[in-house]
Amino acid sequence: MTELIAGIGFLQEGPFAIPRWEALFSNIDVLWAGALVTLLVASLGLAMALALGTVIGVMSASHWRIPRAFARVYVEFYQNTPLLIQVFMLYNAIPLIYPGLFIPVIVIGVFGVGMYHGAYIAEVVRAGIQSIGRGQLEAALSQGFTYVGAMRFIIIPQAMRIVLPPLTNQAVNLIKNTSVIAIIAGGDLMYAGDSFAGRYGHYGPTYVVVGLLYFLMCFPLARLTRRLEDRMMAA
Amino acid sequence: MNTPVMLMLSDPVLYIGLGRGLLLTLQISVMSIALSFVFGTIIGSMRYSGLPVLSQIATTYIEFIRNLPTLLLILVSYFVLGLPAMWAATIGLTIYTSAIIAEIIRGGLNSVPEGQWEAARSQGFSFLQSMRYIVLPPSVVKMIPAIVSQFVTAIKDSSFAMAIGAYELMFKGTILAAKYWKPSQIITIYVVISMVYFVINFTISMIARRLQTKLSIGRGSIGS
Repeated sequence: MTELIAGIGFLQEGPFAIPRWEALFSNIDVLWAGALVTLLVASLGLAMALALGTVIGVMSASHWRIPRAFARVYVEFYQNTPLLIQVFMLYNAIPLIYPGLFIPVIVIGVFGVGMYHGAYIAEVVRAGIQSIGRGQLEAALSQGFTYVGAMRFIIIPQAMRIVLPPLTNQAVNLIKNTSVIAIIAGGDLMYAGDSFAGRYGHYGPTYVVVGLLYFLMCFPLARLTRRLEDRMMAA
Repeated sequence: MNTPVMLMLSDPVLYIGLGRGLLLTLQISVMSIALSFVFGTIIGSMRYSGLPVLSQIATTYIEFIRNLPTLLLILVSYFVLGLPAMWAATIGLTIYTSAIIAEIIRGGLNSVPEGQWEAARSQGFSFLQSMRYIVLPPSVVKMIPAIVSQFVTAIKDSSFAMAIGAYELMFKGTILAAKYWKPSQIITIYVVISMVYFVINFTISMIARRLQTKLSIGRGSIGS
């Protein structure tokens, strides 16, 4: 049996050799810890992106010129520059402007993905609101609703159905994008995997497991997106 | 006028460095955009075709790859496949973007109702003719915004190549920033890099918006 295994070269040496797998699984706690950080950054980031995206989306669908202009500038800036630069600005520039202010990398990650995906969610929200049609808003306003009230009770509940599929899709992208904090030593799943792999050269098995963990986090949401899309098509 | 920022901005070394970085950024992103468009079209058509083995391969590829971070695919191309940094970035980005483009293309084709196919075929159109004259025109108009925004994402995500030490714009900028020590200078460098990305991506988005309006004129489908 051992001769048989020894005969199969790639199980003994090479990027996916058995000893590498053994080394990885005896240190698997490192990846669990990283996955927890990723889940934490992703859930807080998503909460921030949803809050920010709703406010900015409502602003960019409004008829007031200044909030609308602000929302446009925000969305265009964040959608057209890399997330990595935005994270680097938070990481490098803030300590320069406020010396001595220490911001944990996790907080930078939350703000980074929160503000970046907030811009994408704002566009989703704006498209959702505009799909409802002016007539509904006018009807609500004529019935004595305030603008905010009309949004809250008439427009947003209807728009929810339309925006839900692209929103879950943004959630998937947000989880994947939390991996950029690995570049600033964020302690997340990608960082944990990369530093473990780098220390011993066990890249193959480590990346396979890291990939599987990301897949497990994203796939259920991606399936939900598909289901919501199908339901919307049927309606 | 001799503020640290002005001194830095009048130094040609800054522009030569950033210019080289920009060239590599463009090289990586243009190549992976071109490759992803080709592979994405093939994989998307495979899935749309519904042919037994082909569509299953395409579905597995798409569902697996689009749930992985782009950064991971770039790291795998570099450390596991052992490609040189620039190629690892190009291939990693291509693997990811192809999956997304494939989904966009399949979604666009699916948006044309079955009845239109049947109508075309019953009028004696061949498969290719139905595709060319009936199915593609309205679906391409629907695909353009999503495809272009994916291309913009590819340009932005080419900055991940910094993680494997490719001297693209983001990495070049970070290296240059390390040579200066005044906060105002370092922040200015980041602002300059952001503006470069912004100008490229914003221009592309604007052209796409224009193109879509132009193509969709007189193409309102029934009921819209």
